[in-house]
Amino acid sequence: MSHGELTGNQLPAEPEKATLEGRNKILGFWFFLGGEMVLFGSLFATFIGLRNQIADGPAPQELINLTMTAVMTLVLLTSSLTSVMAIQAMHRKDTAKMYLWFIVTFLLGLTFLILEIIEFVEYVHHGHKFTTSAYSSAFYTLVGFHGAHVTFGLGWLLTLLIPFGRKGLTVTTAPKMYVFGLYWHFVDVVWVFVFTIVYLMGKVG
Amino acid sequence: MAHTHTVKRYTGLMDWLTTVDHKKIAILYLVAGGFFFVIGGLEALLIRLQLMKPMNDLVDASTFNQLLTMHGTTMIFFAAMPLVFAFMNAVVPLQIGARDVAFPFLNALGFWLFFFGGIMLNTSWFLHGAPNAGWTAYAPLSTQFSGIGVDFYVLGLQISGIGTLIGGINFMVTVINMRAPGMTFMRLPMFTWASFIASTLILFAFPALTVGLVLLMFDRLFGANFFDISAGGNSILWQHFFWIFGHPEVYILVLPAFGIISEVISTFSSKRLFGYSAMVFATVAIGFLAFMVWAHHMFTVGMGPVANALFSIATMLIAVPTGIKIFNWLFTLWGGQIRFTTASLFAIGFIPSFVIGGMTGVMVASPPADFQFHDSYFVVAHFHYTIVGGVVLGLLAGLHYWWPKIFGRMLNEKLGKLTFWTFFIGFHLTFFVQHFIGLMGMPRRVYTFLPGQELDTLNLISTIGAILMGIGTIFLVVNVIVSSMKGKDAPADPWDGRTLEWAIASPAPEYNFKQLPLVRGYDALFKEKMDGRSELTPAEPLGPIHMPSPTILPLIMSIGLFIAGYGFMYQNNYVAVGGILVTFICMIIRSLKDDHGFHIEVEELQDKGAKA
Amino acid sequence: MENLSALEPKGPVASEQLSVILIATIVMICVFVTVMIIYVYVLLKFRKRSGQTGYPKQVEGNHKLEIVWTVIPFILLIIIAVPTVKYTFSHDRNFGDDPNALQVKVIAHQFWWEFEYPNEGIVTAQDLIIPTGRTVSFQLESADVIHSFWVPALGGKKDTNPGLSRNHYLKADEPGTYYGKCAELCGDSHALMDFKVKAVTPEEFDRWVAAMKAPLSAPASAAAREGEAIFKQNCIACHAINDTETKQIAGGKLGPSLVDYANRSTVAGILFNREPEDLKNNLKKWLLDPQAVKPGNLMPNPMPVKGSKMEQNLGLTEAQVDALVEYLAGQKQQ
Repeated sequence: MSHGELTGNQLPAEPEKATLEGRNKILGFWFFLGGEMVLFGSLFATFIGLRNQIADGPAPQELINLTMTAVMTLVLLTSSLTSVMAIQAMHRKDTAKMYLWFIVTFLLGLTFLILEIIEFVEYVHHGHKFTTSAYSSAFYTLVGFHGAHVTFGLGWLLTLLIPFGRKGLTVTTAPKMYVFGLYWHFVDVVWVFVFTIVYLMGKVG
Repeated sequence: MAHTHTVKRYTGLMDWLTTVDHKKIAILYLVAGGFFFVIGGLEALLIRLQLMKPMNDLVDASTFNQLLTMHGTTMIFFAAMPLVFAFMNAVVPLQIGARDVAFPFLNALGFWLFFFGGIMLNTSWFLHGAPNAGWTAYAPLSTQFSGIGVDFYVLGLQISGIGTLIGGINFMVTVINMRAPGMTFMRLPMFTWASFIASTLILFAFPALTVGLVLLMFDRLFGANFFDISAGGNSILWQHFFWIFGHPEVYILVLPAFGIISEVISTFSSKRLFGYSAMVFATVAIGFLAFMVWAHHMFTVGMGPVANALFSIATMLIAVPTGIKIFNWLFTLWGGQIRFTTASLFAIGFIPSFVIGGMTGVMVASPPADFQFHDSYFVVAHFHYTIVGGVVLGLLAGLHYWWPKIFGRMLNEKLGKLTFWTFFIGFHLTFFVQHFIGLMGMPRRVYTFLPGQELDTLNLISTIGAILMGIGTIFLVVNVIVSSMKGKDAPADPWDGRTLEWAIASPAPEYNFKQLPLVRGYDALFKEKMDGRSELTPAEPLGPIHMPSPTILPLIMSIGLFIAGYGFMYQNNYVAVGGILVTFICMIIRSLKDDHGFHIEVEELQDKGAKA
Repeated sequence: MENLSALEPKGPVASEQLSVILIATIVMICVFVTVMIIYVYVLLKFRKRSGQTGYPKQVEGNHKLEIVWTVIPFILLIIIAVPTVKYTFSHDRNFGDDPNALQVKVIAHQFWWEFEYPNEGIVTAQDLIIPTGRTVSFQLESADVIHSFWVPALGGKKDTNPGLSRNHYLKADEPGTYYGKCAELCGDSHALMDFKVKAVTPEEFDRWVAAMKAPLSAPASAAAREGEAIFKQNCIACHAINDTETKQIAGGKLGPSLVDYANRSTVAGILFNREPEDLKNNLKKWLLDPQAVKPGNLMPNPMPVKGSKMEQNLGLTEAQVDALVEYLAGQKQQ
């Protein structure tokens, strides 16, 4: 059993799957994402059930700025693409490129988060607060949970990238990068649903 | 490969606090689960003593509502679930011929999260009062009409729920990826199959509870409006989330118990399990149907006849695969050479008990009937028959069966049989009469009942039964203490077992198998015995065995969330954020520091022989 | 007990539900007996005898048997499913628009029951008077938490949910007092939230309806007149009574209506008024310390009570409480 001493061209083709630990991590993470699907599914169900209960708060049509949402979507989806480029670079053993693409992913994710914070502050000024109505509670919980997942992902990416120079790409670090990629894609897919159900359907009514 | 790092091995208390060994974690779950079982049992005794006669004043109404809430919550989440996990940990890796579970660190983390969740919930008794809205915590009783006790419920369950989820994923990956060569899925022992399916149920059911608890927490602590009708919320929403989790939860408990029954009946009749493929299929079917029936807990909500009828039919369908199992067990016994040990007595006692529970299950599955049964003592009887008569009897069978493998000692058979008979008779006395009490008009969760309504005698009988169950539990505790004072002299295979765990020493050595075995058929050990071999065929040469390092991080991470929980419920942001920060820092440390583990060298293996 | 037990139905809904219960019970008992016959036989015949060596024949399974014990339970379930589905639909019928049905709106409170007859213009509490032989159509609601409306002798229960209204129906075949229970944990006094359904002949019901709307003359005794004055000062904000001055029913809706209070079968739903002196004794007991009778109830204490969990009190003296008792004991519409 290797302890990560293989590096560079000695690395097997799919280094993340070369060890039992790596395969365990990847399978376990897929299962975790299955559980996360139930989690977000439940939050979506709550939102859909309560989306007309605006009490005396502003209606979604008034609040939602589709341009802003479109920009956020573009940013996040691109960050998912750049994470794919990173993993592809990893499979080509091009660790410098992998590192670079992950940094771009990080910056795009951070941009998304900043835009979302600006958006939420706007909403609060418009009278759409967490405590305003059942709709608003459901809105912030669903979209907020997604935002929290983005935040956690960015923190996670930092803990992977910062020691990377020292550790390099090995059969131990490869599964970690791969699993992050899975997570980031998941966060992206959830956003597609959020964008559709919360923003598009909210605007169109 | 040189290893210049020093190997960290702890002893004494530190060994237990830092262990990532599934066998030690099993013992931790067993002890903690046993502890909470006793607490839940005392709560039950107080309930029954209060209901011994009409208008009794042993405890007042408020205390009683806390007792019933804590009894249910403790028994399901902090006694039954951890005891199931104890056996999954102790047995599954051995049964599949593996050295440990897929994620030893997460295994430890899962335990400590459960443990601190349970401790947090029980500190409520000493702080501002235990939760009092039932283990089901229906809104708006639990949101706007209850004190801080319900916060303990929310946060305690949220923390321990994360632990359970982690455990579920762990066992799914373990069973898929870590089977010994030759151990195909259709050669897996039934307990491992059942654990695998139950773990899948955990993965998909617990996130629904997570979301429900989040909504409840946000309504209570942050002014959200999910269940507040004045702001557009809907109290039925909670019920849906709770039961989408809650119904699979009871199958998470019972499927491993079924697995234990399969093992014990097969071993003690010296016959292979009758209809193995059907048993596997039935377990999968039950697991699948478990997610289709949740609203049968909500027939009286008024969802409409179409919803009620559909959920009713789906619920009745579960009786079919369950019935298949009962008959397969009976026909395993048929033609066998049945030995009556404590373990097999519990398994044999399980059969009529669980069948009665299943029967009343079909009865409550019918909405017109359920309109009378629901929220009456009839339902209390039903679920205690399935949980005590099913899950607990199964766990007690497993306890007496696997005790030598876990602890290296035999439990005393005489005390064991005394435990069985007092507990079994007490159980039926307690709960059989409750079917009638319910139909005679006594609702559940009532702290007292009025005289002159013909409910007195049956309630008294029920209380006497509960006292007997308490006595049975005392016999069990005495048995544990008495047997722990003897030396570790249990044989490797005290029962003439059929599965891999009986091929290694009792208790199992630290590394489980000196060499991973080559599995040549179902009932892998029995196959070797029938072919005249005294030992398993190895699948690899003798070599140094790599073990994961012990670590204190899971304990500290759990303490972090424990502290954060109090911060949230007492609305102290510094404590809440501080606790979460502790957890996050531990996660970062774990990510940055590589665990190289340590090796058990060949020389150690050769002179360890049968000792751990 | 008769009038409380689901096993002794006093109306068609309860009878139909009991028939489903019996069908299911009989089918399930057949299953149980089958299982137990095999079980007992197996345990007796295949015990390990001393001296037995070797292993018994290892049997993998039997396809025929598997099919038998899959198909037969399936058929047995169909036997139960047919009446199940039939009554699931028929018991959900909404009689809200049926001109022949009596319409009653039920509002559950912590810890009492409010009954409103919209067509008759009557609001009452705790005792639900209905005519025999006529369908009573309910709209079930709650003012606070989820409760559940259950009269076992007449039929199964339905939950009362805050913010929602649910239809329900029952019918009583014969006159009698049928016991009602709250069947959803709703707080400290969940166990004490009893109510009564008094089924009377249609003629008696019509008399009751007329009587409930009749004006009341001023109370006879001085004590009772004093009681009425005290009531109008302290209690009328929450409780409705038949005001003998204005000859109108007046008062708040936070607490139960006390119109026709002297004819109630219980005080606070659980203190039975059986003997003539019971009403006054029970009422006094309640007024002296309501929390002692029904812990957690929302009524302020009429008199200060030391150490009471209810912080508010109305500052009355015992003499004033006695006057109130005299007054309320005279609140009879018929």
